[in-house]
Amino acid sequence: MPSSLLSGNESVAQGAWEAGATVGVGYPGTPSTETLETFATLPDVYAEWAPNEKVALEVAAGVSMGGARVLTTMKHVGVNVAADPLFTLVYTGVRGGVVILAADDPGMHSSQNEQDSRNWGPFARVPVLEPSDSTEARDLTAAAFELSERFDVPVIVRTSTRIAHSKGLVEKGERQSRAAVVYESDPAKWLMLPANARVRRERLDERMAAIRAFVETTELNRLETRDPALGIVTSGVSYQYVREALPEASVFKLGVSFPLPARALEEFARSVERVCVVEEADDYLARSVRSLGIDVDDVALPATGELSPGRVAAAFGGTELPTRDAIADLPARPPLMCPGCPHRSVFYALRKMKAVVTGDIGCYTLGATPPLSAMDSCVCMGASIGMAHGMRLSGGDVGRRPIVGVIGDSTFAHSGITGLAHMAYNSGVGTILVLDNRITAMTGHQGNPLMGRTLMGEQTVEVDIEALCSALGIDDVTIVDPHDLAETERVLRDKVAKDALSVVVFRSPCALLIPAEEDRYAVDDDSCTACGLCIKLGCPAIGTAEGGKAAIDVSLCTGCGDCVQVCRFDAIVGVGPACDIGGV
Amino acid sequence: MSTPTTVMLAGVGGQGTILAADVLAKVAVAAGLDVKLSEVHGMAQRGGSVDTVVRFGERVFSPLTDPGGADHLVAFEMLEAARSVPYVKPGGRLLVNARVIEPLPVLIGSASMPQDLEARLAAEGAIFIDAEALACEAGSERSANIVLMGALSTGLDFPEQAWCDVIAARVPPKTAEANLAAFRLGREACDEGECMR
Repeated sequence: MPSSLLSGNESVAQGAWEAGATVGVGYPGTPSTETLETFATLPDVYAEWAPNEKVALEVAAGVSMGGARVLTTMKHVGVNVAADPLFTLVYTGVRGGVVILAADDPGMHSSQNEQDSRNWGPFARVPVLEPSDSTEARDLTAAAFELSERFDVPVIVRTSTRIAHSKGLVEKGERQSRAAVVYESDPAKWLMLPANARVRRERLDERMAAIRAFVETTELNRLETRDPALGIVTSGVSYQYVREALPEASVFKLGVSFPLPARALEEFARSVERVCVVEEADDYLARSVRSLGIDVDDVALPATGELSPGRVAAAFGGTELPTRDAIADLPARPPLMCPGCPHRSVFYALRKMKAVVTGDIGCYTLGATPPLSAMDSCVCMGASIGMAHGMRLSGGDVGRRPIVGVIGDSTFAHSGITGLAHMAYNSGVGTILVLDNRITAMTGHQGNPLMGRTLMGEQTVEVDIEALCSALGIDDVTIVDPHDLAETERVLRDKVAKDALSVVVFRSPCALLIPAEEDRYAVDDDSCTACGLCIKLGCPAIGTAEGGKAAIDVSLCTGCGDCVQVCRFDAIVGVGPACDIGGV
Repeated sequence: MSTPTTVMLAGVGGQGTILAADVLAKVAVAAGLDVKLSEVHGMAQRGGSVDTVVRFGERVFSPLTDPGGADHLVAFEMLEAARSVPYVKPGGRLLVNARVIEPLPVLIGSASMPQDLEARLAAEGAIFIDAEALACEAGSERSANIVLMGALSTGLDFPEQAWCDVIAARVPPKTAEANLAAFRLGREACDEGECMR
């Protein structure tokens, strides 16, 4: 079969499919997202987005108990959400194999923290496999299903951004067929009352001992004997950097990063003159190898962020490549809300109102950046609502500034509903804004329970936010089109003035879901007074021309018309399609 | 073992760097080479600086490169071209879309664009191409990324037909004709001398 160019995410999906997994479930999160999207396109499988990772792993547990193999996918912080079922699922073990993709983001390209999912290994006593390229992502995922059933335990496949979002050549294989399993109740295994749990806890140690024996000889780990002067223990993408930067070094390349093969590593350490560990953004591996009594020589690798061949070479005293001088004084280019984004006008109004805004995770977190600068906090999925409530409880003096929690539609379904129930139950006061752009946008447009379409492409029910709020005991719910700027501001000012709990849903589809308007806008120089009001929208299509007057880049403009509503001098006018007017 | 060829594509999130990189990588695969491609999704795709790296050769280990490591830079925008200059090997090829997308700090007046950006890039040996104008000529303003692949193709050893086959298979069917035209216009622009130093 010819080689295919697959990302690590696509390869994990392929490996799960080849292993005969029939169900996939997860929550989108960069860099894990495309895994489940790819899995859903493969033949004879069923996949679904869960509202959050805890639900996803619980669904996976049910699939496993019913006897089928199941892939569950999430980013590193998602494993925190799924940790509750995870820690007990290692006790119960599995019937059908359970593989959990945990995709880490060293360097925090698209995350609020940098955590190393390999640490779940010793913490939860869960085996962790770690591919170093797309081929291994396929192979190790398939192997993870075998191990999961052989050792009766869920298995984590840990990737990172440069595995998940790097592409390499993969030889696709055939799908294993698996016989259907007849279900039989087994409460001693699956019903974790303390009496059963104590027994399963002891069985877990026995299972771990069997896995420790297995990893001593498994081909999932690989010894590469070269020059004995330097021996590197490494795993994941760091292995690729080592091979490029230190081609002569002997390498113990781990495919299983928990549990470690103690005897094999001791033997490796004896065979080389110096042992070093190469890993990025955490010292999990160095600590673990040292705990085996192996003398690991420290190297000056960065403690945070990603490695590269050059960074590895530098840590081992290599010379840097000859480079050109950097061009000085370049302005930064931070991410921003797209032209036409429905979130923009909400933050424009919140800034005018000087609101204290507890924010959340999604595209709208970019409301924090200048010129909108209208967000005070962003901690984790769902935190906006609890923090808005807590701010009020603090007794801190915010003057006359209103307290507003802002959360997106998918984040609201993920873990905002419980916060809102808490706030209603405890007679909370404040205004919660649900920015409903009809999609999980930041991760690239996935479905969620608020938007009426499943991962398999089927139409389905959507959460009725007004009815939901009413059921929680919140009567004051308003739906607003955020592209109506006057109404947006009027409703916000009205709600925050009340000493009650209110919810405002700003509903308008993500600008990337709808085609740009054929007709774009431009600035009429004769009418523009250079007042700068439209600039304060922070639209990337609007800049300043010579003389301080506004200028619109028609190739970026989507024709949303927000700026037209802001301009007090009717200076923003329609001009027609971009290519026609030669404005690009 | 020969050293891999490294191509860096630098642009602004949303400009189509990922699709362009995918086309290049597939052309290299068609030539029987080992290929790795590294891209970044998520927040950076929302109008931030985005770098995509494609490496191909007999055997490729790292999907990433370092400063001084790129044989070719294809910059979709001039400020990102300037930012990526240190990644280009001395003697490497800089292909630059002669377009500026001002970043938000500049648009709102809290930072300013560097003076003589074009001259500074020219001093680094940059080759300029007006990809958006050629994209419009080809029939789709969204095909500027493929115009740039056409321009890049003149500096690589892959057959023209391999590029056309990959493009036709990779882009949405409705836009195949415009994208193939965009590729030819980018390639011809270089063949006619506008891409030469």
